[in-house]
Amino acid sequence: MQINKRFALALSAAALALSIGAADAQEKMKLKIGTEGAYPPFNNLTSDGKLEGFDIDIARALCEEMNADCEFVTQDWDGIIPALQAGKFDAIIASMSITPERAEKVDFSNKYYNTPPAIAAPKDTDITGVTTEALAGKTIGVQGSTTHFNFSEATYTDSEIRAYPTAQEYQLDLANGRLDAVNDDIVVVSEWLATPEGECCKIVGTITPVEEIHGQGAGIAVRKGETELAEKFNAAIDAIRANGKYKAINEKYFDFDVYGG
Amino acid sequence: MSEVATVTTVEKPPAPPRPWTGERIAGAVLLGLWVLCGVGLAAYLLAAWNPELFEKYLPYYLSGLVVTLTLVGISIVLGALLSVPVAWMRLSKNRLVAGFAYGYVYFFRGTPLLAQTFLIYYGLGSFRPELQALGLWTFFREAWYCAILAFTLNTAAYQAEILRGAIASVPRGQWEAGSALGLSKLQTLWKIVLPQALIVALRPYGNEIILMIKGSAIVAIITVYDLMGETRRAYSRTFDFQTYIWAAMIYLTIVELLRNVVDWIERRITVHLKR
Amino acid sequence: MQSVWTLLSWGPEGWLDEIASGVRVTILLALATLPLGLLAGFFVAIAKRSEEPMLRLAGSIYTTIFRGLPELLTLFVVFYGAQIGVQQVVRFFSPDAYVEINSFVAGMIALGVVFSSYASEVFLSAFKAIPQGQYEGGYSVGLSKGQTMRLVVLPQLIRVALPGLSNLWLILLKDTALVSAIGLSDILRQAGIAARVTKEAFLFFAVACLIYLVLAIISSFGIGAIERRFGHKEAAR
Repeated sequence: MQINKRFALALSAAALALSIGAADAQEKMKLKIGTEGAYPPFNNLTSDGKLEGFDIDIARALCEEMNADCEFVTQDWDGIIPALQAGKFDAIIASMSITPERAEKVDFSNKYYNTPPAIAAPKDTDITGVTTEALAGKTIGVQGSTTHFNFSEATYTDSEIRAYPTAQEYQLDLANGRLDAVNDDIVVVSEWLATPEGECCKIVGTITPVEEIHGQGAGIAVRKGETELAEKFNAAIDAIRANGKYKAINEKYFDFDVYGG
Repeated sequence: MSEVATVTTVEKPPAPPRPWTGERIAGAVLLGLWVLCGVGLAAYLLAAWNPELFEKYLPYYLSGLVVTLTLVGISIVLGALLSVPVAWMRLSKNRLVAGFAYGYVYFFRGTPLLAQTFLIYYGLGSFRPELQALGLWTFFREAWYCAILAFTLNTAAYQAEILRGAIASVPRGQWEAGSALGLSKLQTLWKIVLPQALIVALRPYGNEIILMIKGSAIVAIITVYDLMGETRRAYSRTFDFQTYIWAAMIYLTIVELLRNVVDWIERRITVHLKR
Repeated sequence: MQSVWTLLSWGPEGWLDEIASGVRVTILLALATLPLGLLAGFFVAIAKRSEEPMLRLAGSIYTTIFRGLPELLTLFVVFYGAQIGVQQVVRFFSPDAYVEINSFVAGMIALGVVFSSYASEVFLSAFKAIPQGQYEGGYSVGLSKGQTMRLVVLPQLIRVALPGLSNLWLILLKDTALVSAIGLSDILRQAGIAARVTKEAFLFFAVACLIYLVLAIISSFGIGAIERRFGHKEAAR
């Protein structure tokens, strides 16, 4: 069954390539995709070491669309842009927000989703809002090197900001009580709150994205100057948006539209 | 012979040309490679030089440096205090006591500091209710205290071994001479054995401080903004590789400074041993 | 809540197989680094006791840099910096070529240079322990410089350097933990993933520590056997 499925997939991919009639119809493009593997529900590792999540499914769909042989490489978030620049992989599909700072170092495709950030805190918290005043004097956990970290540092000037290597570590520390609040993408926070470990906490409120900091949503990063590859990703994103694959993946993970307006 | 006699001033014969031996060629090539690296690095830093960046992040780097030095300073001092009883236990004749100290030293010297830090920070962090019941949670809540605890326990194990080795290096005869003079054991230790032991221990102690400074770079992983943490923060904002080069130069400077200080002290206190 | 034994079992439910693969990576990395570090360290030591000042200086710069930098920083610099540098050099010659320094090789190089700069010190002091007469004796029986080094000096050198080198091996084993920061799935990284996913941080980090201890104990036995084999005469003196 599995083999048949794969065979059919290969056939349809081949047919697709033929119908496009591209020059590389015979030769499949080889792509290495970098991802973090610690950011559920977008990308995370299961206990048997496999990658799963929204980013991963989207990446697979895009690769299929582009008729590319894709291989996933996991890389810690802190080093994900240098690793791309160093050529360890060709594209980053890891919920990376398109920001001006990053755009100086890498090129981005168009967004493939856009969700607002949120603040979560323990259920018995006295935090009532997401403003600078409401969080004054509190300890806020964020993942380092993210837009959420930059936002927290810029906005919550009266709070102590702690940077963690991955989301799972600040979750551990919020549940432990080391943190008063955390700031991350609403989808990541709600996913965690829905698990038994997230029972401790609730969402205090969502933050209106600031374009200079939060960017225009999550895009696919490629090395600077590789606009051709970025364009291919754009075409593939449009294609899966049009042919319903995006919708199917969206529905598999979320009960709302993550693509955003 | 007669010719020589006629010359009024005798000139020193020119030095024989140094042959280009294999060693010399290798030396020139390798040194050239270093010079090339240095020039390349300088050119890179010059090309990437950005006064705005420098001005913006200099204070961060300085505060990171202070955090690193404070963390290492506190841990080394607390570790030194803790190492005394541990070394004493190690030398104890009671096998249970000695065995316990041995286990402690073996554990902290045999496992990576990073793993110990994780164990204390995340591992103990998951026992919040128990720690709260004991009133210890305010301590374990802060990454800073966890880092100090982990580093202190780690360096105490190393320092205990340095201390033990140094005391053991003083010949038995010194102890016997002390008691023959009617000094108590503690007096002998304090006035005769320790001064000699410290000469032996100086270099290992210096190395231990250097190792701690380098090892402390890992606290960035548990959210303490030390020099490495600030570097990572600067890097995550700018994605500019020179942030790491700056950090490398700062670390290198501290370590070299320390090494030279230790060398200087050693020269001073071993003057009487020079032959 | 799952029981400890389920979490530590082999298979999709448990994490033992992942941790075992981490142990494999750690051991492979340490074993691969050792010969590299020993060889480089030996040559650096020879350079540092050369009569040629340029060679001595080159050797000293090497040890100063790599003993002075935090290992974590060296690792980052090799992993990112060297990759970008090599890539640019290669592109200069042929634009399409691609050379990859994977994280294993980067870890090996970074740990290797650190190991070698410490090892060179050990070799250097071991060289001092070998009397000049040994070289003279070698030359007087008609051996060349290389032969004297190989046949006369090296066997004694290894014996003298063994305790120092075994110490460095234990340090190397622990330093491998740092490669978890550049994404290599060693013991600590696998334990960290398990800890984050299962929220059993204490259990998995304690297991990781115990594994490092076991590796250290096994190493001590191995080192003891080697010392008995090579260092017997020295011990009897």
